[in-house]
Amino acid sequence: MIDESKVVVGEHLHRFPGGLRLRHNKRVACRHAVARPALPTQLAVPMLQQAGPPAEPVVDVGDTVLKGQLIGADPSGLGARVHAPTSGTIVAVDDGPISHVTGQPGMRVVIDTDGRDQWTTLDPVDDWRTEDPATLRAHIDMAGVVGLGGAVFPTFRKVDGAHAAGIHTLIVNGAECEPWIACDEMLMREHPRRVVTGTRVLMRASGADEAVIAIEDQMGAVQSALEQAAAELGDNQVRIVRIPTIYPEGGERQLIQTLTGREVPAGGLPQDLGVLVQNVATVEAARAAIIEGKPMIERHVTVTGDGVAEPRNWLALLGTPVAHLVAASGGYTSAAQRLVIGGPMMGYALGRDDAPLVKAGNCILVLTENNVRPTQPEMPCIRCGECSRVCPARLMPQELQFFIRSGQLDAATDISLEACIECGCCDFVCPSHIPLAEWFRHGKAEARHLARERAFADHSRERHQAREARLAEARAEKEARMARRKEKLGNDAERKRQVARAIERARAAKEKSSTPDTTEKDKGGES
Amino acid sequence: MNRVFPTGTAPHLPAPPTVAGVMGQVLLALIPGIATYTWFFGPGVLVQILLASGFALVFEALALRWRGRPLQPFISDGSAVVTAVLFALCIPPLAPWWVAAIGMAFAIGLAKHLYGGLGQNPFNPAMVGYVVALICIPAAMTQWLAPREIAELVPGLAATLQAIFTGALPEPLTVDAVTRATPLDSLKTGVEAGRFVIEIRQSPIFGDFGGRGWEWIANAYALGGLWLVYRRIITWHVPVAVIGSVMALSLPAWLLDPGANPEPLQHVFSGGLVLGAFFIATDPVSGCASPRGRLIFGAGVGIITLVIRRWGGYPDGVAFGVLLMNMAAPLIDRYTRPRVYGR
Amino acid sequence: MLIPLIVFLVFGLVFGLVLGWTARRFRVESDPVVDQIDALLPQTQCAQCGFPGCRPYAEAIARGEADINQCPPGGEAGIRALADLLGRDPKPLNPENGEEQPRRVAVIDEAACIGCTLCIQACPVDAIVGAAKLMHTVIEDECTGCDLCLPPCPVDCIDMVEPEPAFSDWRRPAPGEATS
Repeated sequence: MIDESKVVVGEHLHRFPGGLRLRHNKRVACRHAVARPALPTQLAVPMLQQAGPPAEPVVDVGDTVLKGQLIGADPSGLGARVHAPTSGTIVAVDDGPISHVTGQPGMRVVIDTDGRDQWTTLDPVDDWRTEDPATLRAHIDMAGVVGLGGAVFPTFRKVDGAHAAGIHTLIVNGAECEPWIACDEMLMREHPRRVVTGTRVLMRASGADEAVIAIEDQMGAVQSALEQAAAELGDNQVRIVRIPTIYPEGGERQLIQTLTGREVPAGGLPQDLGVLVQNVATVEAARAAIIEGKPMIERHVTVTGDGVAEPRNWLALLGTPVAHLVAASGGYTSAAQRLVIGGPMMGYALGRDDAPLVKAGNCILVLTENNVRPTQPEMPCIRCGECSRVCPARLMPQELQFFIRSGQLDAATDISLEACIECGCCDFVCPSHIPLAEWFRHGKAEARHLARERAFADHSRERHQAREARLAEARAEKEARMARRKEKLGNDAERKRQVARAIERARAAKEKSSTPDTTEKDKGGES
Repeated sequence: MNRVFPTGTAPHLPAPPTVAGVMGQVLLALIPGIATYTWFFGPGVLVQILLASGFALVFEALALRWRGRPLQPFISDGSAVVTAVLFALCIPPLAPWWVAAIGMAFAIGLAKHLYGGLGQNPFNPAMVGYVVALICIPAAMTQWLAPREIAELVPGLAATLQAIFTGALPEPLTVDAVTRATPLDSLKTGVEAGRFVIEIRQSPIFGDFGGRGWEWIANAYALGGLWLVYRRIITWHVPVAVIGSVMALSLPAWLLDPGANPEPLQHVFSGGLVLGAFFIATDPVSGCASPRGRLIFGAGVGIITLVIRRWGGYPDGVAFGVLLMNMAAPLIDRYTRPRVYGR
Repeated sequence: MLIPLIVFLVFGLVFGLVLGWTARRFRVESDPVVDQIDALLPQTQCAQCGFPGCRPYAEAIARGEADINQCPPGGEAGIRALADLLGRDPKPLNPENGEEQPRRVAVIDEAACIGCTLCIQACPVDAIVGAAKLMHTVIEDECTGCDLCLPPCPVDCIDMVEPEPAFSDWRRPAPGEATS
């Protein structure tokens, strides 16, 4: 179901509404090249690292595993598989910190690393250029690739759906718009050929005819690196487009709006507009899954912030404790106050630093007291309207927060609460320092909870009504039977006959029992 | 090995703007207007500002106590002072001291705190105070001075204080001199008496395109207002709509009947229109929140002002226009919500 | 005298006809209010409100025989929703009807169950499976926590417990609230 009026993606740039210009703070982490930190002694790999159901462990305590071996299966097909990031021994399959946004503990597989880092047998595709696209997609599924931009949606399902919808353009999202985060930029700078190759591989897997790599306009070195790589590979299908650096232009919907001027319809998907958007690191992971047969076991992560002594980018194994990465980056400074996984606008705070690195972990940001201390207590909304001026979804945050605060969730849903992308732009401009984005996260969660309760109530009502109907039917049937019998007995003559017969039977029985009979025992079954 | 961290919610940085910052910038933007006003009409306006601010803060503190609310951060957020300054700019410079007291009691006590304090007032507090004073003590609200170039005397500070606190007028001003008609007064009484506008405008209280002195004060307000738009404290919608609607409606009226209707620029630069367009109708709490809503709100203020000026009982209608549109603002907001992404 | 009288008569006639026509032309077919009230009730069928089920309670509210604050499982949110629907003021839950509690489910102690089927007959949503002289058990997903199975059980083998919180049951607190 494609929008027939095809737009050449990225030919003209459009402006999405709202947004903010924020200070980048990215230079500081890009002074060093990306490196791998020392192998940790233990990795705790969560089963829930994707949008969808958690993976189910397929290993037990005491098992030895090889690097890349399957440790979490996805029987429903709605989640993603999880693999061992290095070789070692399973020491626990239990609940613990899993760096989840809700802060809840969850199931993880804990591996004591053996230092050998020994790979399991890999199954790469022979030649992706001639391979059936369905096989390419199957490799993405086997490798447990999920969206590394932060939403961690299973990539196989996304690409499969896009292919079925017949998309025409693949958009590679290199517009890393949150301040401090630089892992995608470093990936593009250091491995431009892999990015371009990955783009072409994913084009084939998804059925796209064209591809655009979108980067921020302050990433000048990245553009030349990518263009040179494309030239070296003899590619002429992949275009590099620079877009203005306005937060949150890296959000999927805002990126599509910038490149095509179109909006994804409510309740719809980007594939309805003929495009598929994938983060650049996801594209590289898909390449690795297909060309090298490697499952997703590591990711680029920026460890930065004023609370870290030597900010830099790492290529780290999943399950690495955050503390290990911070230590490798020079450790905490004395002013370190808050540990965030993600960026300053949308990341979530971790309560402990033994939390593991997960697929969604694009940045470990340690902020200081100065960064996070409020400059004014929360005051009532003065209705200045700045929040709606900067909202990329054109919502009215002040109205939404009035409704949610007063418990009117239905009213909030009516003015499109679910269209909020939780970017936090409204928070940033509010003179009253109201935690708007948190109110909306709360409101959305409560609205979902209310919908679940209502669905359960409707379901219970149906069961109750079915039961009442069944009982009523049983009662009616019984009454009908009684009525019939009563009618039968109501006939006087008939009744007299029945009574006479009954008396006769009784007399006969009495006579039989009063005459002694020695052969009584031999007569069986007469009465 | 484990380090524990206190957590917080995203975004993990405090917003740069503050309420006190916003109010402070509004006050800064009023300085050119206040300075020009003082030049033309003497230090009376400064005394009124101080008086009104003092009364406003006292009433705010009393109201907060009475409502069981903490004094901080509300007493120092600057909103009461902004209300006081705007009120002081609307009343005559030599008005008795109790005008400011009554005005602020109604503005802060009634229009603001009775409805719930900061952010909850459905009506513009400064205008409520002004309208209460206008209707209840009309005599005190008509003691307007003549501007510098034609006045017999521009009162100095001592004379001003004496007039405000004791009611005794400085020599050689007489009662006639201080109840001099404003330009809008003259227009209204003159037109009703059947005189032509062009004839009325020969009077020395009229300047080049507005009231003498008043036109420069209006320009100074506009300067401050434009700076506020640049700083994103207010948006362009309300000022453009107010001034635009006044000009758009007065133009055909003037073309059709120049005898009874002044030209558009005269309307814009008279009375409180420019002050109202940039500082009063832009009050975010009592106005509309959506961009289209603000345009409608501003147009409504302009239209009502014109109607009152031409046919109503008062010489200027900005205050009433603002209050009437305050009533309509929630309804306008409900029907002018912007189209959400994807819908 | 006559002319004003005639004028008012004519006005009355004209406006009366206009109003009558618009009443017919723009008639709104609305849900009966009983259905709307029932849609807001939690369908626990527990009878704590004093009526033998949610539908009878809804009917009683519609008739004006019952107040809107008699439903503990619906809680404060339910009272507020009813108040919004009916245009009344919300009021606190009537303590005579019970207290608002987190959802609980019934659990049968299999060792003590004697297979009498009395609880099966009592459950308003058929959430208990079993047959005469055979094991009975409660289907946790269907149980509404109404407590109606407890009184009939002759061996008192049913307990009401709070279900294990699922990962997706986590409720994000409002800003400023303590995390649970």
